[in-house]
Amino acid sequence: MQKRSIVPIVYILFLMLPIYWLVAMSFKTTNEILAGFSLFPQTFTLENYQTIFTDPTWYWGYINSILYVSINTVISVAVALPAAYAFSRYRFLGDKQLFFWLLTNRMAPAAVFALPFFQLYSAVGLFDTHLAVALAHCLFNIPLAVWILEGFMGGVPKELDETAYVDGYSFPRFFAVIFIPSIKAGVGVAAFFCFMFSWVELLLAKTLTAVAAKPIAATMTKTASSAGYELGLLAAAGTLTIIPGAIVIWFVRNYIAKGFAMGRV
Amino acid sequence: MAKITLSKLRHSYLPNPASESDYALKEIDLDWSDGGAYALLGPSGCGKSTLLNIISGLLVPSDGKILFDDKDVTTLPPDQRNIAQVFQFPVIYDTMTVYDNLAFPLRNRARDEATVKTRVTAIAEMLELTEMLNTRAAGLSPDTKQKISMGRGLVREDVNVVMFDEPLTVIDPHLKWKLRSKLKELHQRVKATMIYVTHDQTEALTFADQVVVMQLGEVVQVGTPVELFERPAHTFVGHFIGSPGMNILPCALVDGAAHFADQAIALEGPINGSPEGKTEIGIRPEFVSLASSGLPATVTKVSDVGRHTVVECTAGGERINAIIEGQAPEKGATVHLEFRRDQTRLYVDGWLATTAEEAMA
Amino acid sequence: MKTENQKAWLFVLPVLALVAFNALIPMMTVVNYSVQETFGDNVFFWQGLDWFQQILRSERFHDALGRQFLFTFLILVIEVPLGIAIALSMPRKGFWVPVCLVLMALPMLIPWNVVGAMWNIFTLPDIGLLGYFLNHVLGINYDMTQDPVAAWVTIVTMDVWHWTSLVVLLSYAGLVSIPDAYYQAAKIDGASNWAVFRFIQLPKMKTVLTIAILLRFMDSFNIYTEPFVLTGGGPGNSTTLLSIDLVKIALGQFDLGPAAAMSLIYFAITLLVSWLFYTLMTKDDLN
Repeated sequence: MQKRSIVPIVYILFLMLPIYWLVAMSFKTTNEILAGFSLFPQTFTLENYQTIFTDPTWYWGYINSILYVSINTVISVAVALPAAYAFSRYRFLGDKQLFFWLLTNRMAPAAVFALPFFQLYSAVGLFDTHLAVALAHCLFNIPLAVWILEGFMGGVPKELDETAYVDGYSFPRFFAVIFIPSIKAGVGVAAFFCFMFSWVELLLAKTLTAVAAKPIAATMTKTASSAGYELGLLAAAGTLTIIPGAIVIWFVRNYIAKGFAMGRV
Repeated sequence: MAKITLSKLRHSYLPNPASESDYALKEIDLDWSDGGAYALLGPSGCGKSTLLNIISGLLVPSDGKILFDDKDVTTLPPDQRNIAQVFQFPVIYDTMTVYDNLAFPLRNRARDEATVKTRVTAIAEMLELTEMLNTRAAGLSPDTKQKISMGRGLVREDVNVVMFDEPLTVIDPHLKWKLRSKLKELHQRVKATMIYVTHDQTEALTFADQVVVMQLGEVVQVGTPVELFERPAHTFVGHFIGSPGMNILPCALVDGAAHFADQAIALEGPINGSPEGKTEIGIRPEFVSLASSGLPATVTKVSDVGRHTVVECTAGGERINAIIEGQAPEKGATVHLEFRRDQTRLYVDGWLATTAEEAMA
Repeated sequence: MKTENQKAWLFVLPVLALVAFNALIPMMTVVNYSVQETFGDNVFFWQGLDWFQQILRSERFHDALGRQFLFTFLILVIEVPLGIAIALSMPRKGFWVPVCLVLMALPMLIPWNVVGAMWNIFTLPDIGLLGYFLNHVLGINYDMTQDPVAAWVTIVTMDVWHWTSLVVLLSYAGLVSIPDAYYQAAKIDGASNWAVFRFIQLPKMKTVLTIAILLRFMDSFNIYTEPFVLTGGGPGNSTTLLSIDLVKIALGQFDLGPAAAMSLIYFAITLLVSWLFYTLMTKDDLN
């Protein structure tokens, strides 16, 4: 190993430190935490995790989050595919402006939409539903998905489309059977980013839900403010939220570098 | 300028090579004299790029030595060998102007600006880049960019060897010949040793005084373009050079004479030694003619390539090409093939095994 | 080559519908509120540009905006060079590379409130790992609930921890796409490491760096959750960044008019600066 490899190692250690602390705390009793500082759990306990797995208010938080994140990913990628195809292959009236307008939504501060979304989704009767959060996250995820997919589609030569047409494929069949498999890396990357963004976003998810679709993030906030400041429980809940992300990224690990450049490298 | 000597050179990309097949380059011993124009010709994977990188110092060989003017440079890094290399695609510094691109190697060696200016203007004039000296390199066409790459290679006065690794790969076909002639012109003016690596026989044969033909990590033949065409030492050379290449026909040896399709074929001269192994007859299509008597064959395809016609026939289960001028036979017709005797050779396990009769006399 | 086809609008319609629903309708509401006043019961009075003037003149807004620019400036100035440096130090090939990339990407996949909570626990003065270390091992007086400087250092460090990897990953993607021949040519030309960086690596990373800088600008300028969970905007309002202030006014105080005006101004600033960044960084391509 070269000497300069020390840099990424130190960086990764820096990244792992707070995560270690969180995980360590999740195995401590709240008493031990408040009593003083200890590097490792003195009394190793699983009671925090037990609470989460047995208390519906807790584990429903995870289920709710996974539900709306999945719904959002499916919707975002599904509608983004044809749109990206249009931007990639065709010129039409207003195409550049439309593309730019889509990107500006990604730039919008979520805070700006907090109150309007609250009113809008209440007005259409979707308040406190998974669909609401899934749809709301579309505001940011669809432009991102379109942008990523368009980047990957640019790498597929138009000759492929033309050959399929000459071979007698109908457009839907061509799209499903030939085109999408040729950009499956792009679909993976787009789905990954949609999942990632929807999973981590809190403000809108919290604003649009109350009880039925309450995400785990909101449940955790309850802990922090409630009496006793149950840090151990909070740590356990937090640790569990890292797991889906870790799993997903392990699956796409070979595409990470290229994927983050969204096909534009 | 330098004389280059390769001594017992071998290279393997694996850390612990066990067998012959682990070596990308099998043993090579070669001498290249000062100021010559050489080509390294061979198909993809034959080891020519590996050899090139060893000469330039980008790769240190597993075994063997390389000497510049009898000085051992095997472990010397590229910037201390006074070599220049032009790559398959133009490698230039996009953010700099053409002038700065050409000046870069000199400035890195702390030359004064006056020297830099003289050299850069001289090279630019040679390469017809003078009008573009102040343009940013980024937006130029691929052939201009390749010229800049070449210029960067030539700008240092102390360059021993200039190496070209398939430099015309990304150039448009109609511009290739222009750059090829420019290269030949450059060689005559600069008089540096130039080594040109390619898989294209036309490029090799038009550029080089001496061609080194490689296959699967071995040097198969070294010779002038004429020698390679007229007297291939290996079936690979015969087949690779020429369009279409030499006909290679499996034959049997009966009483010291070569037989193909139950016919005795006259060879150019006596066979060397007692051959054991795969025996084949080699004859170029240029020396196969249609006659009234001879080896019977059926015509399978007739192609008119402008200057002459290529007639493809089958005989004894093998395909034989003949180049003829004038009226071509119909497809399906039966013809008789005559092989010009002094150009018919025997190859054993691929290597030439006959000696020309004139040489004996 | 693209062909002209007006029917392509059909392909775009679903996207348009969903994004318009989420963007246009709320925006119309916001614009509506920004020019009116209400005292409840859905009764509105026209205010013209009063709210805008009020916000633009308000000291509270200036303070929040100033803090926001400072924060974003610090973020960009630290994360971009740091990210590039880490990407440069990583090997271009090898078994460990995907492992390192996965570990580096992990912070970006953690829900933002958990990031805030994590750093909260991490920096508690007497029982947090970092807090304990600073106060009791190094003897530095560190308490971000009391000291604005400590709070600032903490939120900046937290963001560096959270997002530098984005710059690393993007830069790395750009770096590995550079063909070996460029490095070989540079060796032959006798170029120094700095020259290689300046003339080969940096120019070839231009696209990915543009994406990285734009994303980091936008996201740090719009940040809400992590600092809010960590400091609540305090101590006092020393770490009340623009989004935090806006949410306070909108959802906390329900001051619809000022909140709406502030929203529009906020969005406009983001767009304007993004556009400036984008134009500056791609101007060479336009030539």
